Amino acid sequence: MSSAWQAVWAVVKKDILAELRTKETLSMMLIFVLLAVFIFNFAFDLRVENVREVAPGVMWVAFVFAGVLGLNRSFIQEADKGCLDGLLMTPVDRSLIYLGKMLGNLIFMLAVDAIALPVFSVLLNLALVRWDIALIVVLGTLGFAGVGTLFSAMTANTRAREVMLPLLLFPVALPLVLAAVKATAGVLDGASLGEVANWLNLLIGYDVVFLTISYLTFDYVVES
Amino acid sequence: MERWGVGKIAIFLHGLAGAAVLTALYMALVFAPREAAMGDVQRIFYWHVATAWVGFFAFFITLIASIAYLRTGRRRWDIVALSSVEIGLAFAVIMTVTGSLWAKPVWNTWWTWEPRLTTVAIMLLIYATYLLLRRVIEDPGRRARFAAVYGIAGFVSVPITFMAIRWWRTIHPVIFKSEGFDLSPAMLVALIVSVAAYSLLYVSLLLLRTQLEFLSDEAAELRESLDE
Repeated sequence: MSSAWQAVWAVVKKDILAELRTKETLSMMLIFVLLAVFIFNFAFDLRVENVREVAPGVMWVAFVFAGVLGLNRSFIQEADKGCLDGLLMTPVDRSLIYLGKMLGNLIFMLAVDAIALPVFSVLLNLALVRWDIALIVVLGTLGFAGVGTLFSAMTANTRAREVMLPLLLFPVALPLVLAAVKATAGVLDGASLGEVANWLNLLIGYDVVFLTISYLTFDYVVES
Repeated sequence: MERWGVGKIAIFLHGLAGAAVLTALYMALVFAPREAAMGDVQRIFYWHVATAWVGFFAFFITLIASIAYLRTGRRRWDIVALSSVEIGLAFAVIMTVTGSLWAKPVWNTWWTWEPRLTTVAIMLLIYATYLLLRRVIEDPGRRARFAAVYGIAGFVSVPITFMAIRWWRTIHPVIFKSEGFDLSPAMLVALIVSVAAYSLLYVSLLLLRTQLEFLSDEAAELRESLDE
């Protein structure tokens, strides 16, 4: 058991170390997430009277689009530099490599979300830095990173790969985004977590189902 | 050699399905009683439910074939998965269009973003993407594996779509409840005949479509051997 976690941790550490050297992916995601909010701000500026009504949608669309940017780089970088072959040659279970890559993506996305949320709070003039919203963000991002990592490994090997990932991922992730938006909106409207429990249950169920599917099928995706 | 046998069975089944579909038409348009509140518009229900059932079932077959492909690596399972998506998508589109035609007079709109319609739209997108995914991968083995993984992951949308009208408040009617059906006996008979007819059509189409794919594999092999 401990050696399994060592393998997972080694992959996570590799990704974090590589990212810290260049800081490319993180800064790209951050700038994109802010850009998305600016664009939404201009798009909705004249029409919306109550920011609270659109804030959850704006927030999640920004997170999801920025997440796709990070996911796209996750495996394309590995494939282009021949690192993926090296990873696959290591004598560890490939499901563990999946867990490592998934955790790495999750950490990057949560880092971006954590920086973006206070900025959103200022720009939208809404208190978004709250523990209940943080919980919803973690649950939503977990499922998104879970299935996103699987599809990212797939699309790195296809034609038009940068385009294929959002095409594959968005329809599958839509129920997750929907539940996350609804839960965030409910909480912003003053509901307690218990009152949005049905959406939280959908989030948790989605996380469990897609992490399991991804964990079980990753082996077939990287097999050559 | 063996494939000719399958071809004949498929053609026979196709004729049988044709007769069954005509019978279902009769049952829906003539045999079934006129619905009291909605009038004749309600008769589209027999196509709507039958094609919906076939669409959902076809995607379920894709799930099974995808799992079987990943387990065995046999091309025939990949063919079944692909064929079932193509047929299922066609039926799901018919279901959506018939539903929309019914909704215009009854709900006074072609489309509304309520839970069932939303989840159906997501499901259609997923299986359209499945076909797109197959087109952007050159290597046949990889194409089959990736498609199988997507066929499994995408299937999650099917039970969500099915349960959408039971989990959330919706304006979409729920006919089959745990307490029983909301149908008169004659309507139920017409519905059962429709479901049986379109299921038969699905089976015959699946046989023909898989046959076509086997033949196209064979043609590709022959062309390769000619090139040598």
